[in-house]
Amino acid sequence: MPSLTDFLIVAALLFGLGIGGIILNRKNMITILMSIELILLSVNTNFVAFSYFLGNYVGQVFVFFVLTVAAAEAAIGLAILVVFYRKRGTIEVQDFDTLKG
Amino acid sequence: MLTPIHIIFYIFAAVAICSAVTVITARNPVRSVLSLVVTFFSVAGLWMMLRAEFLSLILLLVYVGAVMTLFLFVVMMLNIDRETKREGFVRYLPFGLILVVLTIGLIAMGVGPTYFGMTQMPPPPLEPADYSNLQQIGDLLYTDYAYPFEIAGVLLLAGIIAAITLAFRGPVKRKVQNPSAQVAVRPEDRVRLIKMAPEPKQGT
Amino acid sequence: MNNFLLWTALVTVLLPLAGSIIAGLFGKLLGRTMTHRIAVTLVGMSFLLSCYLFKQFVIDGYPAISDNFYTWATAGIAHFEVGFLLDRLSATMIMVVLFIAFMVHIYSIGYMADDPGYQHFFSYVSLFTFSMLVLVLANNFLVLFFGWEGVGLVSYLLIGFWYKRESASFAGLKAFIVNRIGDMGFILAIAAILMYFGSLAYTDVFGQASALADQTMPLLPNYQAPLMTVICLLLFIGAMGKSAQVPLHVWLPESMEGPTPISALIHAATMVTAGIYMVARMSPLFEFSPAVLSFILVIGGTGALFMGLVAVVQYDIKRVIAYSTLSQLGYMAVALGASAYDAAIFHLITHAFFKALLFLAAGSVIIALHHEQDMRKMGGLAAYLPVTYLTFVIGTLALCAIPPFSGFYSKDIIIEAVKLSTLPGARYAYFCVLIGAFVTPLYMFRALFMTFHTNERVALEWRDHIKESPMVVLMPLVALAIPSVIIGQVLVEPMLFAQSKLLGNTIFVLPEHNVLTQLSVDYHGAKLMALEAGKTLTFWLAIAGILTAWLFTAVFPQWSTAFKKRFAWIYRILVAKYGFDDFNQIVLVHGTQETGHLFYDVSDVKLIDGVGVNGSGRLISWFAGTARRLQSGYVYHYALSMILGVVVFLAWYVGGF
Repeated sequence: MPSLTDFLIVAALLFGLGIGGIILNRKNMITILMSIELILLSVNTNFVAFSYFLGNYVGQVFVFFVLTVAAAEAAIGLAILVVFYRKRGTIEVQDFDTLKG
Repeated sequence: MLTPIHIIFYIFAAVAICSAVTVITARNPVRSVLSLVVTFFSVAGLWMMLRAEFLSLILLLVYVGAVMTLFLFVVMMLNIDRETKREGFVRYLPFGLILVVLTIGLIAMGVGPTYFGMTQMPPPPLEPADYSNLQQIGDLLYTDYAYPFEIAGVLLLAGIIAAITLAFRGPVKRKVQNPSAQVAVRPEDRVRLIKMAPEPKQGT
Repeated sequence: MNNFLLWTALVTVLLPLAGSIIAGLFGKLLGRTMTHRIAVTLVGMSFLLSCYLFKQFVIDGYPAISDNFYTWATAGIAHFEVGFLLDRLSATMIMVVLFIAFMVHIYSIGYMADDPGYQHFFSYVSLFTFSMLVLVLANNFLVLFFGWEGVGLVSYLLIGFWYKRESASFAGLKAFIVNRIGDMGFILAIAAILMYFGSLAYTDVFGQASALADQTMPLLPNYQAPLMTVICLLLFIGAMGKSAQVPLHVWLPESMEGPTPISALIHAATMVTAGIYMVARMSPLFEFSPAVLSFILVIGGTGALFMGLVAVVQYDIKRVIAYSTLSQLGYMAVALGASAYDAAIFHLITHAFFKALLFLAAGSVIIALHHEQDMRKMGGLAAYLPVTYLTFVIGTLALCAIPPFSGFYSKDIIIEAVKLSTLPGARYAYFCVLIGAFVTPLYMFRALFMTFHTNERVALEWRDHIKESPMVVLMPLVALAIPSVIIGQVLVEPMLFAQSKLLGNTIFVLPEHNVLTQLSVDYHGAKLMALEAGKTLTFWLAIAGILTAWLFTAVFPQWSTAFKKRFAWIYRILVAKYGFDDFNQIVLVHGTQETGHLFYDVSDVKLIDGVGVNGSGRLISWFAGTARRLQSGYVYHYALSMILGVVVFLAWYVGGF
């Protein structure tokens, strides 16, 4: 059985890649939403790994809730994106600068 | 110590990471969504290894089945121009790369083997044959965490309402009749009589 | 009886104030004649009342009264009250002041006859009289200071009376500012007195003086100065400003820009003597500070000699008399320093009479020549202005200490008293006053000869119009000439040498300083003193001075021109008045202006406005402008900053291991 560290490192890698997706992307907004899903996935993996190695099932219950919230948030995020596309006609990230100071 | 389970772990992990890279670097948005699906699948496999059977299957059913399908729908609907220029990506690549490496490195340092290695956190013994992960979760969920469970339900309701309110713009190009309005029409709304003097004849 | 006398004193003080208010507010309504009648009558009544008070206190020896009319304020230990002290010294002083003021009021009717500000003039002169009386009659330091400031203010108003002349306003400002510098010391002295004596009333302060004789006060953090020396020094600085002692004397010659009556009243007889009066009044304090007495000796001696020397080279007749006043004030100060307070007051009285006389006579000459003041344009006026000439001669003889005129008694006593004083600086002061006895007749007789004798240098067109001044101008001259002749003989014994002196126990002298008792051993009567004058050095110095003046001015005028050429450098120094005015103008005035400019340009405009006020505004705008760019509107920028924060936390957390 791989040690806890291995699982945690996998989760860390997924987390880092999610963050990279947010920073390095200029093309479209959907990539950002997907990177957020990646981040949430890595956090869930963390919870599940700890839950197994510590023998405490509360971790898994927490993952349950995180999944729920992530689903709701993805739905709403996409709805907002759709509305924005209708107004702007583009989903390029650099065009979303209406709130510029 | 390369037991088969280790090999399985490494295969799943490698697939997950490669597809995650594809998610963020793919040019075609559909391709990136599908890579995310692959990531979810491999991570579900990892979770299965961690005896979280219920959750891994729920991940596949709910997340892949619903959320990723939603993503695909939106991607298709938005008619994204595939050939948009990718300017700025290369310019910011070193900086972003450094940041990412830094993040991963720091986390890895934090969760190093000194704290979470095999000796500190040994894997628990195997469960008996009638072990049911579902029952374990259910025991907790419906007793200690019943209240958050209900609230999660309300949260989903709120999400539905929000999404519909945002995206719904009323019927488009629909020819629907409103019977009560038709019956309530008055002649004054439809016909207007104007008195006009006759025009003089132009010539014969 | 006490109350009656106090109320009499109050009425005496308030009558001139009433005259001032009536002349000031209703002058235009009443017209010139009515105004001067009211003003002169009120001052005349005041004078009669003061004669009554003099009789009561000095001649009949009524004991001193000190009582308060009104409590102005209380603050902790300090009680600020308004009250009068009626005793021999104050009764004598107010009689002298009111006599001179009365004469000046009458004289002004003639002198200011064709001036548009006639009524204002009377208002100011009466106001001055009121302030001076308050000063003299005060029974505590606060009322004294009120009178002190009042006379300073009215002096400023009167010097700049012809305010359309720039030199007059400048002179008025100069007088006020130099006075103020003295007042600074005076206020500090009052504060020190309040702090250490616990009260401002004379009776309390003088009562505690001997008890606090050895008290010290921390002047600097680790330097204990004797209290009495500090207080007396500060008081004398106030006196220096008011009584024009060196180096705060610079305002007096400029004050000749004002009309001649006020030169007579304020700058000869009354205001400038306020400082001398104050020191004499504070004799219980000054006696306990021999250091300050030495200081007074030195300052007085310097003034007496060196100011007299400047008078020798002046061409304006009023300036000659002004420098003469400075010199005589030096004599009075020297007398104070030698602890001969009675002699100083005696000289003050005689000087008031003959100096006022000299000023008014000079004024008579000036109006006869239609406001011409330069002596080089006068000459041979004795035939035209006989009465003026005669009174001027009497005043001059009195000033030059020729027996039996009044100045002889007062001045010679001072010189003898200084000779006997044992304080450090007395030798120097004696030398100064002795040489002054030669210099005084020198400049006075030079002025006399240049004005009334020698060939006529008057402008031709005026020569037929010179006639004697009207009666209203001549009468005060005669009235002042009489005391100038006799008052010395009358007062010398009672004031200085009697067993119970005229001023009685208002003057306090320590036994070891008491030179007058030493002198009284040699005194055998006024007539004898006059007859024996030929035995004294001072008499022959005076004769020598007269002779020198006669020779150089009347007989051989070419000698004075030759003298001027030969000793040109001395002449230049004297004309420049030892550089005091230049020093003040360049260093103090310009220095202050430049410092002001510096503070304005650098600290106010650049620092406070530029850096502080505008600078902070600019800083905030710049900061806001820069910070604004953080709001790029791009979501991934915000996400980036969040991630950066996470990385920083991680690094901190991991680094903590």
